[in-house]
Amino acid sequence: MPAGNRGLSKIYVEDMSLKVTLYGITRDIVGTSVIELPAPAPATVGELLEEMRKQYPALGELRSCAVAVNHEYADNDQPLHTVDEIALIPPVAGG
Amino acid sequence: MTPYLAITDQPIDVAAAMAAVQTDAAGAVNAFIGTVRNQSGGRPVRRLHYESYDSMALTQLGHVVTQAYEKWPMLQEVAVVHRKGTLELGDVAVVVAVATPHRAESFAACQYIIDTLKQVVTIWKREEYEDGTEWVAAHP
Repeated sequence: MPAGNRGLSKIYVEDMSLKVTLYGITRDIVGTSVIELPAPAPATVGELLEEMRKQYPALGELRSCAVAVNHEYADNDQPLHTVDEIALIPPVAGG
Repeated sequence: MTPYLAITDQPIDVAAAMAAVQTDAAGAVNAFIGTVRNQSGGRPVRRLHYESYDSMALTQLGHVVTQAYEKWPMLQEVAVVHRKGTLELGDVAVVVAVATPHRAESFAACQYIIDTLKQVVTIWKREEYEDGTEWVAAHP
């Protein structure tokens, strides 16, 4: 990657805000269906979960709380970007 | 071989899901039909409210069906339809239908799809009781 692009992506990350959609019981806990995290927003899935649990301790009482990025379950070390579709996924119960 | 996958807020047409998997190559069609039960752990249930993250639910459902095709290469056709919104007692909440050449694989593939759906597909269920509601499986 050319040096110029690295510089650009650094600025981009520092300005990054995130939009997180909430489903099921996580929406009840947070009290809204979409939450906007202003810059500097969490850079990874793990940081997002940590931040959310700090703001909303009841999230930590759930059986599980996963994060989805662009419709896939994401690991804690996955980086987050403004353009990503991010959602909190409480324990699913289809069927 | 393209699976018929849907999340709908309308009553599920079970016959249509069965028809979707019909093929001359199959000697077995197996369907699981999940319905709304009147109690949960001994507590009377009045109705259910299902919520879905549709786009992710369909992506994950696609993964589940792909895994089933990998496990049972003879699997011919698959249909999965899940209902969302408010369901009354006896309503059909989900239909999984599969078609295979022989019956043993049809039972196995159908069970795999419904069991895995319940683990990964982004649909949530809120049970309504006489005195309130509760999100199913939310807490340990």
